[in-house]
Amino acid sequence: MASTADRDDSAAASSEIAARLNTRVMGIETEYGISALSPGPSAIPGAFSSAFVEDDLHPMQLSNHVVKAYGASAAGQPAGWDYETETPLRDIRGYEISRAAAHPDQLTDTDLGMANVILTNGARLYVDHAHPEYSSPEVTCALDAVRYDKAGEAVMAIAAQRATQSLGRSVRLYKNNTDGKGASYGTHENYLLQRSTPFDRIVTQFTAFLVSRQVITGAGRVGVGQSSQTPGFQISQRADFFEAEVGLETTLNRPIINTRDEPHADASRHRRLHVITGDANLSEISTYLKVGTAAWVLRVIEAGELGTDVRLDGPVAAMRTVSHDLLVREPLYLLEGPSMTALDLQEVYLEACRNHYERIAGDLTETARIEAKDIFSRWQDCLDALRADIFSLADQLDWVAKLKLLESYRQRDGLSWSAPKLALIDLQYADVDPRRSLYRALLTNGKMRRLVTDEEIERARNSPPDDTRAYFRGRVMEKFGSSVVAASWDSVIFDVPDRPALQRLPLLDPLRGTREQVGQMLDECNSVTELFAALGR
Amino acid sequence: MAESEQSQRKARRADDREVEDLAPADTAHKAELDSEVDSLLDEIDDVLEVNAEEFVRSFVQKGGQ
Repeated sequence: MASTADRDDSAAASSEIAARLNTRVMGIETEYGISALSPGPSAIPGAFSSAFVEDDLHPMQLSNHVVKAYGASAAGQPAGWDYETETPLRDIRGYEISRAAAHPDQLTDTDLGMANVILTNGARLYVDHAHPEYSSPEVTCALDAVRYDKAGEAVMAIAAQRATQSLGRSVRLYKNNTDGKGASYGTHENYLLQRSTPFDRIVTQFTAFLVSRQVITGAGRVGVGQSSQTPGFQISQRADFFEAEVGLETTLNRPIINTRDEPHADASRHRRLHVITGDANLSEISTYLKVGTAAWVLRVIEAGELGTDVRLDGPVAAMRTVSHDLLVREPLYLLEGPSMTALDLQEVYLEACRNHYERIAGDLTETARIEAKDIFSRWQDCLDALRADIFSLADQLDWVAKLKLLESYRQRDGLSWSAPKLALIDLQYADVDPRRSLYRALLTNGKMRRLVTDEEIERARNSPPDDTRAYFRGRVMEKFGSSVVAASWDSVIFDVPDRPALQRLPLLDPLRGTREQVGQMLDECNSVTELFAALGR
Repeated sequence: MAESEQSQRKARRADDREVEDLAPADTAHKAELDSEVDSLLDEIDDVLEVNAEEFVRSFVQKGGQ
């Protein structure tokens, strides 16, 4: 017969297992727009001309300068990337395309000598497709996703400033997703899912969520059409660039549901859902709701509790319909049943999330319960406000804040939507330099609400989250960075003195390597040799 | 979760303004709001890149993901 202590242990263990099963691991990766102004006339030292130039400096080279400029600082260490576990050509549907058949843009796992830095906060800063990219560390809650996403902006602001000094050219970085001339670059969310969830269910149940959520997550854009060929304003930066419902590509023929299957974790248990439809948000509330609501909707879909048939008739066209509808009331046609607006669809998802929460709340940590209720309440408030008075959200959502600012200019200066000044305001809203950022100007004038402080963002720029393997990755970069030869999301490779071979430490479980598990050990080790002794390796 | 106190104060101020904005005409107050928007736009004008047309035209990106 089991003793009381055993029963307590097993109860504690099963509640730990339940909490663990209910923990969602996620992250956001952002490619930043990049340009360098041509050097100014020599008569004015330090001056730059008012335009970017096409010249010898290829954007890939320029991005490389930016990443290296930051990597040379104390907060980052140059380290190789361990590509052993990267398989970008593997499709979540279960087949692999040959490298010969792949478009060169799809091959992200070749290292062309481009800068690649693993940061002390557990993030990765590198060059991807001619853009500098910041991939946040793995986090388990929406507020941490905001902190580490904003930390990425701070990283880019510093990187731009240092690259400007070293190049003698003013380097501008933008947290946006299009140049308004046909090019788009991504802000991708990643959510770790159970391998057992049928992928078909993600396609049929998550698509309408991604289509309709633009009313909350849109960053706003001046210009309609991929090349902004029609003057006007739309809700999303990205909507016009989606051309397929499901697929593997991210750079061409972009699909609403991306099938890249590269879990960076135990592939027999997990898959990583790579969400490529999102906009780069400056508003903390937009980012918070973007990942918070998506993570909850995915829980509902994994549990098979959505209920309502929300399959859209023509989701690709619906992406544009929602993005172009500033009144937020166009009907979207479903394969079955009456049409619904984007707000109606969001209500369906919110209701399903609330019901699912009621069922599983007991298995969540207190912190997770508080955040869930906060997400649902803000989500509901946004939907209500979008029905009543869109501009009441001007201090919360990017697209509304941007639209309000643009309308103020239109009114004061009598501008039409084709006025270059409005396109400039759209662009400069996303400048990462706080001296030029119009988002920042709204913030400092008390026109945008916040969820985190500048101090928290600065801490997140330097230190990893406590509760994922990013803690281990970030701390070893901080303490033993010079001994790290390469790293990836699920491994770190060390050069340990007196060992003939490089030592590869696998980190396959995203929830192992937390402060609770390894914090004290890392605090106490003063060398990588001591670390390996402490790890028993 | 708690927003920072400062942002809550700012948010509350913003809310108050909106409510007041809907209240019956108060010319003095309306003028105050207009001048607040004007001063924000003036502030932004000071940081906007010069020559918007050239600046926007020359911002050309290579495609990404």
